[in-house]
Amino acid sequence: MSHGSDIKSLVWGGVLLLLAACVPLVANGYWMSIALTIAMFTVLATSWALFSGPTHYISLATAAFFGVGGYLVGTGMSDYNMGFWTMVVIAPIVGAVLAFLIGIATLRLSGVYFVIFTLGLAEMIRTLVSWIQNNFTGSRGLYVLTDLTEEDIYIYLLIVAAVVYLAGWWVNRSRLGFALRIIGSDETVASHVGINTATSKVILFTFSGFVAALVGVLIAPRYTYIEPNGVFSPEISFIVVIMALLGGTGRLWGPIVGVIPFALLQEFINAYYSNYSMLVLGIAFLVIVYFLPNGVVGRIEQALAKRRRSTW
Amino acid sequence: MDIIITGLLLGGTYALIAFGLNMQYGVAKIMNLANGEFLVLGALAAFWIFVVDAISPILTMLIVGPMSFFGNWLIYQLLLRPLVRRAKNQGHLEVDSILATFGMSFVLVGIMVSIHGEYFTYSYLAEPFEIVGETFALNRIVAFCFAVLLGGALWLWLYLTRPGMAMRAVSVSTEASGLVGINVPRMSALAFAFGGAVTTMGGTLISTFITLDASVGVIFTMKALIIIIMGGVGDIRGLIIASIILGLVETTVARLIDPGLTLAAAYAIFVLVLLFRPQGLFGRKPT
Amino acid sequence: MVARVLSVVNATKRFGGLVAVNNLSFEVKRDEVMGIIGPNGSGKTTVMNLISGALRLSEGAISLDGQYISTLKANQINQRGISRTFQLVRVLPGLSVVENCMAGMVFGHHRLWGEQLSYEAGKLLDRVGLSGQKSKPIGSLTFIDQKRLELARALASGPKLLILDEWLAGLNPTELEKGIELIRSLREEGITIILVEHVMNAIRSLCDCCIVMAEGSKIAEGTPDEVLADPEVVKVYIGEDL
Repeated sequence: MSHGSDIKSLVWGGVLLLLAACVPLVANGYWMSIALTIAMFTVLATSWALFSGPTHYISLATAAFFGVGGYLVGTGMSDYNMGFWTMVVIAPIVGAVLAFLIGIATLRLSGVYFVIFTLGLAEMIRTLVSWIQNNFTGSRGLYVLTDLTEEDIYIYLLIVAAVVYLAGWWVNRSRLGFALRIIGSDETVASHVGINTATSKVILFTFSGFVAALVGVLIAPRYTYIEPNGVFSPEISFIVVIMALLGGTGRLWGPIVGVIPFALLQEFINAYYSNYSMLVLGIAFLVIVYFLPNGVVGRIEQALAKRRRSTW
Repeated sequence: MDIIITGLLLGGTYALIAFGLNMQYGVAKIMNLANGEFLVLGALAAFWIFVVDAISPILTMLIVGPMSFFGNWLIYQLLLRPLVRRAKNQGHLEVDSILATFGMSFVLVGIMVSIHGEYFTYSYLAEPFEIVGETFALNRIVAFCFAVLLGGALWLWLYLTRPGMAMRAVSVSTEASGLVGINVPRMSALAFAFGGAVTTMGGTLISTFITLDASVGVIFTMKALIIIIMGGVGDIRGLIIASIILGLVETTVARLIDPGLTLAAAYAIFVLVLLFRPQGLFGRKPT
Repeated sequence: MVARVLSVVNATKRFGGLVAVNNLSFEVKRDEVMGIIGPNGSGKTTVMNLISGALRLSEGAISLDGQYISTLKANQINQRGISRTFQLVRVLPGLSVVENCMAGMVFGHHRLWGEQLSYEAGKLLDRVGLSGQKSKPIGSLTFIDQKRLELARALASGPKLLILDEWLAGLNPTELEKGIELIRSLREEGITIILVEHVMNAIRSLCDCCIVMAEGSKIAEGTPDEVLADPEVVKVYIGEDL
């Protein structure tokens, strides 16, 4: 099976990783910060694409899991005096359990209901958490105080990115990856060739929940102060979807192609035209749907294939 | 008692709004996530015109309705028909239309925020009105009455006229409708336009008693969706019952528990429906 | 080894008020080709959906090799040994020709992978007459080749029972001949087949036994000749040139 399963994509992945690892050596504070954002979204977008790419189920739940990670580390450290690294272990497990429950409840339904469900999920959790905070635990701030530098977090995220990439590479070569592609092609046929569609979908969705929560924990020290409105912001979900679709979910490295330019664009917009950030997101969605349905990578591959055919 | 009547009033108004999305998803098969933004547009228009010219929102409603009809018709023809043509199956179309309407909703919010970024509310008919000894806000009652009027008119149109019947046919089966000579693309465009118009009118009504701002569209979209899915897509009885249930639950939660939890309550209902009866109260069981 | 491969007993399927399949009972014996004919809307495809697990029975029971499969899901039924083609051809658009064939071989009780998978898939594609098409893009396959591919996918899992749902529909006379030949060769290999068809030649030349459905019920059963001479059947097909 193709689609990024060959040694070439491993090699490219390794090269990218090495290049990325050199960034802390040359970057100053401002660029390091941007690199950190890029690393964060790379992990989120790549793990998102592992599930949503082949199945075409658009998950908007990223913010929910990310928020769970951020919130748990905040409350764990502030309210319960737990260590940072303890939360690094606990939060992703909670994220995975949440994803698992949501998965088995909604993945047996059609794609539309799933999207809508995930759309409301982050908002719902945010409302609940805010309410609980305001009425029971008091509006004390959630502080995540560590002595981790931006460079440290960056390296940890790179490690997670490498693991996600490897996992994706392995899945693509496996029966599970094949099953997901068939599900995305025609779900009825998938069940008629013996695939337990629900199980396949739930496994990958749970994995994406685990990773998003992990990212939420790891990035928390950067912000130091955690509040529900920030970590559960639905915008995170939308941005991840845009980045992954913009790059293209057909290849393992597709999302990365979307993350880097869009992250830079976001930086630019937020700095000079912050009133227009929503507009930019909207235009990005429209561009993807009408001009880049398979992402930039998909579009380039189409063009290359056409060239190859015309030279026969 | 007070809760029940307020809940009913709210539910009735919700029904009108959900009706709009029901036409767009049930007939035109487009999951329009920008639906809420058209509601907010209607509300914003009502606010402006009331504040600037002191013209009644009811009148505004009659003006923005046709404007929204035309606008939505254009959107369907220019932006959504290409997706319908290009989609290989219903699932493909649904994903595409979700992403496209999502994009539209953000663009609309972005535009609205730059026009009027803060909350807007105005005082219209905010007087007390007595029913069975308890007082209610007159504006809620008026909104409810108009919602019922409009809804009733629409219902009559759908069930007593030929084009209405054609639309109901398309919502049951696009393929079969085409086979019996119904012009499905035209009906879909009409349904989409109608749906948008109804939603916008609902927005002007709701603006008389709820404070809104440019970004709340998505919440109304979600509520409309919850109602449609709870009632069964395409089914009108279901829609009305579901709207009333939602209105009652929200009002109860707001009064007895906490107004901040209304969305969570609505969402909880949604989860229960999805888990136990995904086809809704009156929908056809998915085979 | 049971001689009765499939047993359908009192199968009924209701969609709200509409009874699509009404108290249907029949059996398919090992290595037999059972034909199911009937006018459009008689419930034939619904019965196939009930057997393959795409739909649940409202009443009645279906068993495969003596074991109940009525409550199983489609993928479980496939694992037990039933596969099918669909009335409207459903090849998998995102996958290559070879991958479409492989799809049937990876998840059933014949769990192949790697080198062996490619080899077996290639062999199967040859078997159904697609040797020359293996590297063609999926979108360029002709109609009959798409049908062959779907057949390959169904055969790939080595089923005990193969359901062909109007597989010969829409073929021109030359293709039809080739199609009937292909099914005949399958039959000679010893596969149990249910053939839902409108093409009477095929029914006559391929089927050992057949049943006729109308409005959800069975109205006749017997050999093709017996059944096609039955006045009830002729009445139901008024206008059909038998």
